[in-house]
Amino acid sequence: MDRGNFKEILSVSALNDRIKALLEEGFAQVWVEGEVSNTRRPASGHVYFTLKDAKSQIRAVIFRTPFGRAGHRTPDFELEDGMSIVCRARLAVYPPRGEYQIIIDALEPKGLGALQKAFEQLKARLEAEGLFDQSRKKPLPFLPSRIGVVTSPSGAVIRDILTVTRRRFPSVDILIAPVRVQGTEAPAEIIQALDDLQIVQGVDVIILARGGGSLEDLAPFNTEGVARAIAHSRIPVVSAIGHETDFTIADFTADLRAATPSAAAELTVPLRAELMETLQSLYFRMNRYRRQETQRLRERIANLSERLRDPKRRLNDIRIALDDNIDRMRTTLSHLREVRRQELINSIVRLEHRNPRARIVQWFEKIESLGKKLRAARERQDQQWKNRVRSSIALLDSLSPLSILNRGYSITRRLPDGLILRDPSEVRTGQEVDIRLYAGGLRAKITEIRS
Amino acid sequence: MGKEKFEEALDKLEEIVRRMEAGEMTMEESLKAFEEGIKLARFCTKKLDEADRRVDLLLRQEGELVTKPFAGEEREPER
Repeated sequence: MDRGNFKEILSVSALNDRIKALLEEGFAQVWVEGEVSNTRRPASGHVYFTLKDAKSQIRAVIFRTPFGRAGHRTPDFELEDGMSIVCRARLAVYPPRGEYQIIIDALEPKGLGALQKAFEQLKARLEAEGLFDQSRKKPLPFLPSRIGVVTSPSGAVIRDILTVTRRRFPSVDILIAPVRVQGTEAPAEIIQALDDLQIVQGVDVIILARGGGSLEDLAPFNTEGVARAIAHSRIPVVSAIGHETDFTIADFTADLRAATPSAAAELTVPLRAELMETLQSLYFRMNRYRRQETQRLRERIANLSERLRDPKRRLNDIRIALDDNIDRMRTTLSHLREVRRQELINSIVRLEHRNPRARIVQWFEKIESLGKKLRAARERQDQQWKNRVRSSIALLDSLSPLSILNRGYSITRRLPDGLILRDPSEVRTGQEVDIRLYAGGLRAKITEIRS
Repeated sequence: MGKEKFEEALDKLEEIVRRMEAGEMTMEESLKAFEEGIKLARFCTKKLDEADRRVDLLLRQEGELVTKPFAGEEREPER
Protein backbone atom coordinates (compact mmCIF):
# COMPACT_ATOMS: atom_id res chain seq x y z
CA MET A 1 0.00 0.00 0.00
CA ASP A 2 1.38 3.34 -0.96
CA ARG A 3 1.28 5.70 1.97
CA GLY A 4 3.41 8.34 0.36
CA ASN A 5 0.60 10.82 -0.16
CA PHE A 6 -0.23 11.07 3.56
CA LYS A 7 1.55 13.57 5.70
CA GLU A 8 0.50 11.76 8.84
CA ILE A 9 -1.45 8.79 10.04
CA LEU A 10 -4.23 9.49 12.49
CA SER A 11 -5.72 7.25 15.04
CA VAL A 12 -9.49 6.87 14.92
CA SER A 13 -9.76 8.85 18.11
CA ALA A 14 -7.65 11.63 16.77
CA LEU A 15 -9.71 11.76 13.59
CA ASN A 16 -12.96 11.90 15.46
CA ASP A 17 -11.59 14.55 17.77
CA ARG A 18 -10.71 16.72 14.81
CA ILE A 19 -14.07 16.15 13.21
CA LYS A 20 -15.75 16.99 16.48
CA ALA A 21 -13.86 20.24 16.83
CA LEU A 22 -14.55 21.20 13.26
CA LEU A 23 -18.25 20.39 13.22
CA GLU A 24 -19.10 21.70 16.66
CA GLU A 25 -17.44 24.98 15.91
CA GLY A 26 -18.93 25.24 12.44
CA PHE A 27 -22.50 24.41 13.56
CA ALA A 28 -22.62 26.01 16.99
CA GLN A 29 -26.14 27.28 16.35
CA VAL A 30 -28.41 26.31 13.53
CA TRP A 31 -32.13 26.50 12.85
CA VAL A 32 -33.46 23.40 11.25
CA GLU A 33 -36.90 22.18 10.30
CA GLY A 34 -38.09 18.65 9.67
CA GLU A 35 -40.41 15.86 10.65
CA VAL A 36 -40.07 14.01 13.91
CA SER A 37 -39.73 10.23 13.84
CA ASN A 38 -38.50 7.33 15.98
CA THR A 39 -39.12 9.22 19.21
CA ARG A 40 -37.69 7.49 22.28
CA ARG A 41 -37.99 8.56 25.86
CA PRO A 42 -35.59 6.63 28.11
CA ALA A 43 -35.80 6.85 31.89
CA SER A 44 -33.21 9.61 31.86
CA GLY A 45 -35.92 12.04 30.75
CA HIS A 46 -34.03 13.04 27.63
CA VAL A 47 -35.87 12.73 24.35
CA TYR A 48 -34.17 11.10 21.38
CA PHE A 49 -35.58 11.17 17.88
CA THR A 50 -34.75 11.42 14.24
CA LEU A 51 -35.43 14.62 12.33
CA LYS A 52 -35.96 14.02 8.69
CA ASP A 53 -37.19 15.41 5.42
CA ALA A 54 -37.90 13.67 2.12
CA LYS A 55 -34.27 12.96 1.33
CA SER A 56 -32.27 12.92 4.51
CA GLN A 57 -32.28 12.49 8.25
CA ILE A 58 -30.29 13.45 11.33
CA ARG A 59 -30.26 12.23 14.91
CA ALA A 60 -31.58 14.69 17.46
CA VAL A 61 -31.77 14.91 21.23
CA ILE A 62 -33.52 17.18 23.72
CA PHE A 63 -31.84 17.04 27.12
CA ARG A 64 -33.90 17.32 30.21
CA THR A 65 -32.81 20.42 32.14
CA PRO A 66 -33.38 21.44 35.72
CA PHE A 67 -36.15 23.70 34.39
CA GLY A 68 -38.15 20.92 32.86
CA ARG A 69 -38.00 20.44 29.16
CA ALA A 70 -35.05 21.79 27.27
CA GLY A 71 -35.04 25.21 25.75
CA HIS A 72 -36.04 28.73 26.63
CA ARG A 73 -39.28 28.48 24.73
CA THR A 74 -40.81 25.48 26.37
CA PRO A 75 -43.43 24.08 24.05
CA ASP A 76 -46.94 23.35 25.38
CA PHE A 77 -47.13 20.24 23.30
CA GLU A 78 -45.76 16.75 23.51
CA LEU A 79 -43.33 15.80 20.79
CA GLU A 80 -44.86 13.14 18.58
CA ASP A 81 -43.80 11.16 15.56
CA GLY A 82 -44.98 12.75 12.36
CA MET A 83 -44.94 16.25 13.84
CA SER A 84 -43.24 18.97 11.84
CA ILE A 85 -41.06 21.23 13.95
CA VAL A 86 -38.65 24.15 13.68
CA CYS A 87 -35.82 23.97 16.18
CA ARG A 88 -32.69 25.71 17.31
CA ALA A 89 -29.78 23.35 17.83
CA ARG A 90 -26.07 22.83 17.88
CA LEU A 91 -24.22 19.97 16.33
CA ALA A 92 -22.51 17.46 18.62
CA VAL A 93 -20.16 14.65 17.71
CA TYR A 94 -19.96 11.56 19.90
CA PRO A 95 -16.50 10.11 19.32
CA PRO A 96 -17.00 6.69 20.96
CA ARG A 97 -19.38 5.86 18.15
CA GLY A 98 -18.28 8.20 15.49
CA GLU A 99 -21.74 9.63 15.28
CA TYR A 100 -23.04 13.11 15.22
CA GLN A 101 -26.38 14.53 16.22
CA ILE A 102 -28.06 17.82 16.93
CA ILE A 103 -28.79 18.92 20.47
CA ILE A 104 -31.95 20.98 20.49
CA ASP A 105 -32.43 23.83 22.93
CA ALA A 106 -35.60 25.37 21.50
CA LEU A 107 -38.35 24.22 19.24
CA GLU A 108 -41.87 24.98 18.17
CA PRO A 109 -44.38 23.29 15.92
CA LYS A 110 -43.89 24.36 12.38
CA GLY A 111 -46.58 26.70 11.00
CA LEU A 112 -48.09 27.44 14.39
CA GLY A 113 -47.39 30.81 15.80
CA ALA A 114 -48.02 32.63 19.00
CA LEU A 115 -51.81 32.35 18.59
CA GLN A 116 -51.65 28.61 18.60
CA LYS A 117 -49.41 28.59 21.63
CA ALA A 118 -51.68 30.95 23.49
CA PHE A 119 -54.59 28.74 22.57
CA GLU A 120 -52.87 25.65 23.89
CA GLN A 121 -51.89 27.37 27.10
CA LEU A 122 -55.33 28.76 27.79
CA LYS A 123 -56.95 25.47 26.93
CA ALA A 124 -54.63 23.59 29.29
CA ARG A 125 -55.26 26.09 32.06
CA LEU A 126 -59.05 26.11 31.76
CA GLU A 127 -59.16 22.37 31.39
CA ALA A 128 -57.10 21.97 34.56
CA GLU A 129 -59.55 24.31 36.22
CA GLY A 130 -62.35 21.92 35.25
CA LEU A 131 -64.18 24.31 32.95
CA PHE A 132 -64.59 21.65 30.27
CA ASP A 133 -65.77 18.91 32.63
CA GLN A 134 -68.73 16.87 31.43
CA SER A 135 -70.26 17.24 34.88
CA ARG A 136 -70.60 21.00 34.22
CA LYS A 137 -72.59 20.49 31.04
CA LYS A 138 -76.23 21.53 31.36
CA PRO A 139 -78.95 19.61 29.56
CA LEU A 140 -80.79 21.37 26.75
CA PRO A 141 -84.53 21.96 27.06
CA PHE A 142 -86.62 19.46 25.15
CA LEU A 143 -88.59 22.14 23.37
CA PRO A 144 -87.18 25.62 23.91
CA SER A 145 -89.53 28.51 24.44
CA ARG A 146 -87.17 31.15 23.14
CA ILE A 147 -83.70 30.74 21.69
CA GLY A 148 -81.11 33.41 22.30
CA VAL A 149 -78.73 33.67 19.38
CA VAL A 150 -75.40 35.45 19.87
CA THR A 151 -74.00 36.15 16.41
CA SER A 152 -73.72 38.71 13.67
CA PRO A 153 -77.21 39.92 12.63
CA SER A 154 -76.23 39.77 9.00
CA GLY A 155 -74.85 36.94 6.96
CA ALA A 156 -75.38 33.27 6.38
CA VAL A 157 -75.14 32.19 10.02
CA ILE A 158 -78.29 33.89 11.34
CA ARG A 159 -80.14 33.05 8.11
CA ASP A 160 -79.30 29.35 8.48
CA ILE A 161 -80.38 29.32 12.10
CA LEU A 162 -83.70 31.07 11.32
CA THR A 163 -84.39 28.77 8.39
CA VAL A 164 -83.63 25.55 10.21
CA THR A 165 -85.53 26.47 13.37
CA ARG A 166 -88.59 27.50 11.35
CA ARG A 167 -88.53 24.33 9.35
CA ARG A 168 -88.14 22.10 12.39
CA PHE A 169 -90.57 23.83 14.69
CA PRO A 170 -92.21 27.04 13.48
CA SER A 171 -93.43 28.39 16.82
CA VAL A 172 -90.16 28.73 18.72
CA ASP A 173 -89.29 32.38 19.38
CA ILE A 174 -85.85 33.69 18.54
CA LEU A 175 -84.04 36.55 20.24
CA ILE A 176 -80.92 37.70 18.42
CA ALA A 177 -78.22 39.41 20.44
CA PRO A 178 -76.21 41.06 17.65
CA VAL A 179 -72.44 41.10 18.11
CA ARG A 180 -69.32 41.55 16.09
CA VAL A 181 -67.74 38.13 15.74
CA GLN A 182 -64.23 39.22 14.92
CA GLY A 183 -61.86 42.00 15.79
CA THR A 184 -60.76 43.44 19.05
CA GLU A 185 -64.24 44.57 20.14
CA ALA A 186 -65.76 41.16 19.57
CA PRO A 187 -64.91 39.45 22.90
CA ALA A 188 -66.42 42.24 25.02
CA GLU A 189 -69.59 42.30 22.89
CA ILE A 190 -69.99 38.54 23.06
CA ILE A 191 -69.52 38.56 26.84
CA GLN A 192 -72.06 41.39 27.18
CA ALA A 193 -74.58 39.59 24.95
CA LEU A 194 -74.27 36.36 26.92
CA ASP A 195 -74.79 38.27 30.16
CA ASP A 196 -77.77 40.21 28.76
CA LEU A 197 -79.53 37.03 27.65
CA GLN A 198 -79.43 35.75 31.22
CA ILE A 199 -81.85 38.45 32.35
CA VAL A 200 -84.25 38.51 29.41
CA GLN A 201 -87.56 36.74 29.97
CA GLY A 202 -88.09 33.32 28.47
CA VAL A 203 -84.72 32.50 26.93
CA ASP A 204 -84.00 28.89 27.78
CA VAL A 205 -81.16 28.06 25.41
CA ILE A 206 -78.42 30.10 23.74
CA ILE A 207 -76.71 29.50 20.42
CA LEU A 208 -73.30 31.12 20.08
CA ALA A 209 -72.39 31.03 16.40
CA ARG A 210 -69.89 32.22 13.86
CA GLY A 211 -69.04 31.17 10.34
CA GLY A 212 -65.70 29.78 9.25
CA GLY A 213 -62.52 31.81 9.26
CA SER A 214 -58.81 31.77 9.95
CA LEU A 215 -57.34 31.11 13.35
CA GLU A 216 -57.00 34.85 13.78
CA ASP A 217 -60.67 35.33 12.81
CA LEU A 218 -61.76 32.87 15.47
CA ALA A 219 -59.57 34.51 18.12
CA PRO A 220 -62.47 36.14 20.07
CA PHE A 221 -63.83 32.64 20.74
CA ASN A 222 -60.48 31.59 22.11
CA THR A 223 -60.42 34.24 24.80
CA GLU A 224 -60.65 33.52 28.47
CA GLY A 225 -63.38 36.12 28.96
CA VAL A 226 -65.74 34.51 26.47
CA ALA A 227 -64.96 31.08 27.91
CA ARG A 228 -65.82 32.25 31.42
CA ALA A 229 -69.01 34.01 30.25
CA ILE A 230 -70.14 30.71 28.69
CA ALA A 231 -69.20 28.78 31.83
CA HIS A 232 -71.15 31.22 34.02
CA SER A 233 -74.29 31.14 31.89
CA ARG A 234 -77.18 29.58 33.81
CA ILE A 235 -78.81 28.99 30.42
CA PRO A 236 -77.35 26.12 28.40
CA VAL A 237 -75.11 27.30 25.56
CA VAL A 238 -74.71 25.54 22.22
CA SER A 239 -71.63 26.60 20.29
CA ALA A 240 -71.20 26.54 16.52
CA ILE A 241 -67.99 28.33 15.65
CA GLY A 242 -66.01 28.12 12.43
CA HIS A 243 -65.88 25.04 10.31
CA GLU A 244 -66.53 21.51 11.42
CA THR A 245 -62.81 20.94 11.98
CA ASP A 246 -62.29 24.03 14.09
CA PHE A 247 -62.35 23.66 17.84
CA THR A 248 -62.30 26.84 19.88
CA ILE A 249 -62.07 27.36 23.63
CA ALA A 250 -65.72 28.43 23.44
CA ASP A 251 -66.58 25.04 21.93
CA PHE A 252 -64.87 23.24 24.78
CA THR A 253 -66.66 25.35 27.37
CA ALA A 254 -70.12 25.21 25.80
CA ASP A 255 -72.70 22.74 27.06
CA LEU A 256 -72.96 21.32 23.57
CA ARG A 257 -70.77 21.83 20.50
CA ALA A 258 -72.38 21.83 17.08
CA ALA A 259 -70.35 21.42 13.91
CA THR A 260 -72.19 24.22 12.09
CA PRO A 261 -74.82 26.88 12.85
CA SER A 262 -77.45 24.75 11.08
CA ALA A 263 -76.48 21.79 13.23
CA ALA A 264 -76.80 24.00 16.31
CA ALA A 265 -80.35 24.89 15.28
CA GLU A 266 -81.14 21.23 14.72
CA LEU A 267 -79.75 20.20 18.10
CA THR A 268 -81.70 22.95 19.83
CA VAL A 269 -85.13 22.54 18.29
CA PRO A 270 -86.95 19.25 17.99
CA LEU A 271 -88.52 18.25 14.72
CA ARG A 272 -92.20 19.11 14.87
CA ALA A 273 -93.10 16.29 12.51
CA GLU A 274 -91.39 13.76 14.79
CA LEU A 275 -93.21 15.09 17.82
CA MET A 276 -96.46 14.99 15.90
CA GLU A 277 -95.79 11.40 15.01
CA THR A 278 -94.97 10.51 18.60
CA LEU A 279 -98.10 12.24 19.76
CA GLN A 280 -100.28 10.55 17.19
CA SER A 281 -98.82 7.19 18.05
CA LEU A 282 -99.57 7.76 21.73
CA TYR A 283 -103.06 8.97 20.90
CA PHE A 284 -103.65 5.92 18.73
CA ARG A 285 -102.35 3.55 21.39
CA MET A 286 -104.48 5.17 24.04
CA ASN A 287 -107.61 4.86 21.92
CA ARG A 288 -106.82 1.33 20.94
CA TYR A 289 -106.31 0.47 24.57
CA ARG A 290 -109.69 1.99 25.43
CA ARG A 291 -111.46 0.08 22.65
CA GLN A 292 -109.80 -3.17 23.60
CA GLU A 293 -110.42 -2.60 27.27
CA THR A 294 -114.10 -1.81 26.64
CA GLN A 295 -114.45 -4.89 24.49
CA ARG A 296 -112.72 -7.00 27.07
CA LEU A 297 -114.99 -5.70 29.82
CA ARG A 298 -118.11 -6.32 27.73
CA GLU A 299 -117.07 -9.89 27.12
CA ARG A 300 -116.32 -10.38 30.76
CA ILE A 301 -119.68 -8.99 31.80
CA ALA A 302 -121.47 -11.17 29.25
CA ASN A 303 -119.60 -14.17 30.50
CA LEU A 304 -120.39 -13.37 34.10
CA SER A 305 -124.06 -12.70 33.35
CA GLU A 306 -124.34 -16.09 31.82
CA ARG A 307 -122.80 -17.66 34.85
CA LEU A 308 -124.95 -15.61 37.18
CA ARG A 309 -128.14 -17.76 37.92
CA ASP A 310 -131.33 -17.14 39.84
CA PRO A 311 -130.87 -18.61 43.30
CA LYS A 312 -134.53 -19.85 43.27
CA ARG A 313 -133.71 -22.08 40.37
CA ARG A 314 -130.93 -23.45 42.32
CA LEU A 315 -133.20 -23.97 45.33
CA ASN A 316 -135.62 -26.01 43.21
CA ASP A 317 -132.76 -28.06 41.98
CA ILE A 318 -131.79 -28.71 45.54
CA ARG A 319 -135.37 -29.73 46.46
CA ILE A 320 -135.56 -32.18 43.60
CA ALA A 321 -132.21 -33.57 44.45
CA LEU A 322 -133.27 -33.88 48.05
CA ASP A 323 -136.45 -35.79 47.15
CA ASP A 324 -134.55 -38.01 44.88
CA ASN A 325 -132.06 -38.73 47.58
CA ILE A 326 -134.73 -39.49 50.15
CA ASP A 327 -136.40 -41.93 47.74
CA ARG A 328 -133.20 -43.64 47.04
CA MET A 329 -132.44 -43.77 50.71
CA ARG A 330 -135.80 -45.39 51.47
CA THR A 331 -135.45 -48.01 48.77
CA THR A 332 -132.01 -48.79 49.96
CA LEU A 333 -133.14 -49.05 53.56
CA SER A 334 -136.07 -51.41 52.86
CA HIS A 335 -133.90 -53.57 50.69
CA LEU A 336 -131.35 -53.67 53.41
CA ARG A 337 -133.99 -54.61 55.97
CA GLU A 338 -135.25 -57.50 53.82
CA VAL A 339 -131.76 -58.81 53.37
CA ARG A 340 -131.13 -58.65 57.11
CA ARG A 341 -134.39 -60.43 57.92
CA GLN A 342 -133.57 -63.24 55.54
CA GLU A 343 -130.19 -63.55 57.11
CA LEU A 344 -131.80 -63.70 60.54
CA ILE A 345 -134.17 -66.44 59.48
CA ASN A 346 -131.33 -68.42 58.03
CA SER A 347 -129.47 -68.03 61.25
CA ILE A 348 -132.44 -69.15 63.32
CA VAL A 349 -132.91 -72.23 61.15
CA ARG A 350 -129.26 -73.05 61.45
CA LEU A 351 -129.39 -72.47 65.17
CA GLU A 352 -132.47 -74.65 65.55
CA HIS A 353 -130.64 -77.26 63.61
CA ARG A 354 -128.02 -77.35 66.27
CA ASN A 355 -130.42 -77.26 69.31
CA PRO A 356 -128.84 -79.46 72.11
CA ARG A 357 -132.24 -80.30 73.74
CA ALA A 358 -132.60 -83.71 72.00
CA ARG A 359 -129.17 -84.73 73.13
CA ILE A 360 -129.93 -83.56 76.66
CA VAL A 361 -133.02 -85.79 76.68
CA GLN A 362 -130.92 -88.64 75.43
CA TRP A 363 -128.37 -87.98 78.13
CA PHE A 364 -131.10 -87.93 80.80
CA GLU A 365 -132.46 -91.23 79.56
CA LYS A 366 -129.05 -92.73 79.61
CA ILE A 367 -128.40 -91.40 83.11
CA GLU A 368 -131.68 -92.97 84.27
CA SER A 369 -130.93 -96.30 82.73
CA LEU A 370 -127.44 -96.28 84.17
CA GLY A 371 -128.94 -95.37 87.57
CA LYS A 372 -131.25 -98.38 87.36
CA LYS A 373 -128.44 -100.65 86.40
CA LEU A 374 -126.38 -99.23 89.24
CA ARG A 375 -129.11 -99.85 91.77
CA ALA A 376 -129.71 -103.42 90.55
CA ALA A 377 -126.01 -104.05 90.65
CA ARG A 378 -125.76 -102.78 94.16
CA GLU A 379 -128.68 -104.84 95.31
CA ARG A 380 -127.08 -107.86 93.80
CA GLN A 381 -123.82 -106.94 95.41
CA ASP A 382 -125.54 -106.43 98.77
CA GLN A 383 -127.14 -109.82 98.53
CA GLN A 384 -123.85 -111.37 97.70
CA TRP A 385 -122.23 -109.59 100.62
CA LYS A 386 -125.03 -110.73 102.99
CA ASN A 387 -124.64 -114.28 101.80
CA ARG A 388 -120.89 -114.15 102.18
CA VAL A 389 -121.16 -112.61 105.67
CA ARG A 390 -123.64 -115.28 106.74
CA SER A 391 -121.47 -118.06 105.57
CA SER A 392 -118.45 -116.37 106.99
CA ILE A 393 -120.11 -116.05 110.34
CA ALA A 394 -120.93 -119.77 110.33
CA LEU A 395 -117.36 -120.50 109.36
CA LEU A 396 -116.08 -118.12 111.91
CA ASP A 397 -118.29 -119.59 114.47
CA SER A 398 -116.94 -122.97 113.80
CA LEU A 399 -113.43 -121.67 114.08
CA SER A 400 -114.00 -119.58 117.22
CA PRO A 401 -111.62 -120.40 120.14
CA LEU A 402 -114.65 -120.16 122.33
CA SER A 403 -116.16 -123.12 120.63
CA ILE A 404 -112.82 -124.93 121.10
CA LEU A 405 -112.86 -123.87 124.71
CA ASN A 406 -116.39 -125.19 124.88
CA ARG A 407 -115.04 -128.47 123.78
CA GLY A 408 -112.66 -128.40 126.87
CA TYR A 409 -109.58 -126.74 125.60
CA SER A 410 -107.94 -123.79 127.47
CA ILE A 411 -105.53 -121.03 126.51
CA THR A 412 -102.62 -120.12 128.75
CA ARG A 413 -101.03 -116.70 128.62
CA ARG A 414 -97.91 -115.49 130.20
CA LEU A 415 -98.30 -112.59 132.50
CA PRO A 416 -97.86 -109.70 132.28
CA ASP A 417 -97.29 -109.68 128.54
CA GLY A 418 -100.16 -111.95 127.57
CA LEU A 419 -98.07 -114.24 125.26
CA ILE A 420 -100.03 -117.34 124.36
CA LEU A 421 -97.87 -120.19 125.54
CA ARG A 422 -97.04 -123.01 123.18
CA ASP A 423 -93.69 -124.11 124.66
CA PRO A 424 -92.89 -124.66 128.38
CA SER A 425 -89.64 -122.74 127.91
CA GLU A 426 -91.52 -119.60 127.56
CA VAL A 427 -92.17 -119.41 131.27
CA ARG A 428 -90.20 -119.77 134.38
CA THR A 429 -91.12 -121.48 137.55
CA GLY A 430 -93.08 -119.29 139.81
CA GLN A 431 -94.28 -117.04 137.04
CA GLU A 432 -97.95 -116.22 137.04
CA VAL A 433 -100.02 -117.17 134.01
CA ASP A 434 -103.63 -116.56 132.98
CA ILE A 435 -105.66 -119.48 131.84
CA ARG A 436 -108.77 -119.00 129.71
CA LEU A 437 -111.55 -121.42 129.97
CA TYR A 438 -114.84 -121.54 128.11
CA ALA A 439 -116.84 -120.32 131.09
CA GLY A 440 -114.20 -118.05 132.72
CA GLY A 441 -110.56 -117.73 133.67
CA LEU A 442 -107.90 -118.73 136.17
CA ARG A 443 -104.74 -117.25 137.52
CA ALA A 444 -102.06 -119.82 138.31
CA LYS A 445 -98.49 -120.09 139.30
CA ILE A 446 -96.02 -122.32 137.55
CA THR A 447 -94.77 -124.93 139.83
CA GLU A 448 -93.13 -127.28 137.45
CA ILE A 449 -91.82 -127.21 133.97
CA ARG A 450 -91.81 -130.25 131.78
CA SER A 451 -90.31 -130.48 128.42
CA MET B 1 -96.88 28.22 30.76
CA GLY B 2 -96.84 26.93 27.24
CA LYS B 3 -93.82 25.37 25.71
CA GLU B 4 -92.07 24.63 28.97
CA LYS B 5 -94.94 22.29 29.74
CA PHE B 6 -94.96 20.60 26.36
CA GLU B 7 -92.33 18.02 27.25
CA GLU B 8 -93.92 17.46 30.65
CA ALA B 9 -97.29 16.88 28.98
CA LEU B 10 -95.77 14.52 26.42
CA ASP B 11 -93.98 12.59 29.19
CA LYS B 12 -97.20 12.33 31.16
CA LEU B 13 -99.10 11.11 28.14
CA GLU B 14 -96.42 8.54 27.46
CA GLU B 15 -96.57 7.32 31.06
CA ILE B 16 -100.36 7.05 30.91
CA VAL B 17 -100.27 4.98 27.74
CA ARG B 18 -97.49 2.81 29.13
CA ARG B 19 -99.39 2.14 32.34
CA MET B 20 -102.59 1.47 30.44
CA GLU B 21 -100.88 -1.04 28.19
CA ALA B 22 -99.07 -2.66 31.11
CA GLY B 23 -102.47 -3.27 32.68
CA GLU B 24 -101.48 -1.46 35.85
CA MET B 25 -104.78 0.37 36.21
CA THR B 26 -108.17 -0.43 37.55
CA MET B 27 -111.07 0.34 35.23
CA GLU B 28 -111.90 3.44 37.25
CA GLU B 29 -108.31 4.63 36.99
CA SER B 30 -108.06 3.91 33.33
CA LEU B 31 -111.18 5.95 32.61
CA LYS B 32 -109.71 8.91 34.47
CA ALA B 33 -106.34 8.36 32.83
CA PHE B 34 -107.97 8.28 29.41
CA GLU B 35 -109.67 11.63 30.00
CA GLU B 36 -106.38 13.04 31.24
CA GLY B 37 -104.59 11.57 28.23
CA ILE B 38 -107.03 13.15 25.80
CA LYS B 39 -106.50 16.53 27.46
CA LEU B 40 -102.71 16.14 27.29
CA ALA B 41 -102.84 15.05 23.66
CA ARG B 42 -104.98 18.06 22.77
CA PHE B 43 -102.65 20.38 24.63
CA CYS B 44 -99.61 18.96 22.84
CA THR B 45 -101.31 19.04 19.45
CA LYS B 46 -102.25 22.66 20.00
CA LYS B 47 -98.66 23.50 20.83
CA LEU B 48 -97.47 21.70 17.74
CA ASP B 49 -100.06 23.45 15.58
CA GLU B 50 -98.87 26.88 16.63
CA ALA B 51 -97.09 28.41 13.65
CA ASP B 52 -96.35 31.96 14.71
CA ARG B 53 -93.08 32.99 16.19
CA ARG B 54 -91.36 36.18 17.14
CA VAL B 55 -87.86 36.93 15.97
CA ASP B 56 -86.45 39.91 17.87
CA LEU B 57 -83.18 41.75 18.24
CA LEU B 58 -81.87 42.37 21.73
CA LEU B 59 -80.40 45.86 21.87
CA ARG B 60 -79.06 48.23 24.47
CA GLN B 61 -80.32 51.76 24.20
CA GLU B 62 -78.91 54.19 26.73
CA GLY B 63 -77.96 51.27 28.93
CA GLU B 64 -81.46 49.75 28.86
CA LEU B 65 -82.18 46.41 27.24
CA VAL B 66 -84.87 46.63 24.55
CA THR B 67 -86.17 44.22 21.95
CA LYS B 68 -87.09 45.16 18.39
CA PRO B 69 -88.55 42.95 15.72
CA PHE B 70 -85.85 41.53 13.48
CA ALA B 71 -86.25 42.80 9.94
CA GLY B 72 -84.52 39.80 8.38
CA GLU B 73 -87.34 37.46 9.40
CA GLU B 74 -89.76 38.73 6.70
CA ARG B 75 -87.32 37.77 3.99
CA GLU B 76 -87.20 34.21 5.20
CA PRO B 77 -88.99 32.02 2.69
CA GLU B 78 -92.13 30.27 3.98
CA ARG B 79 -92.13 26.51 3.73
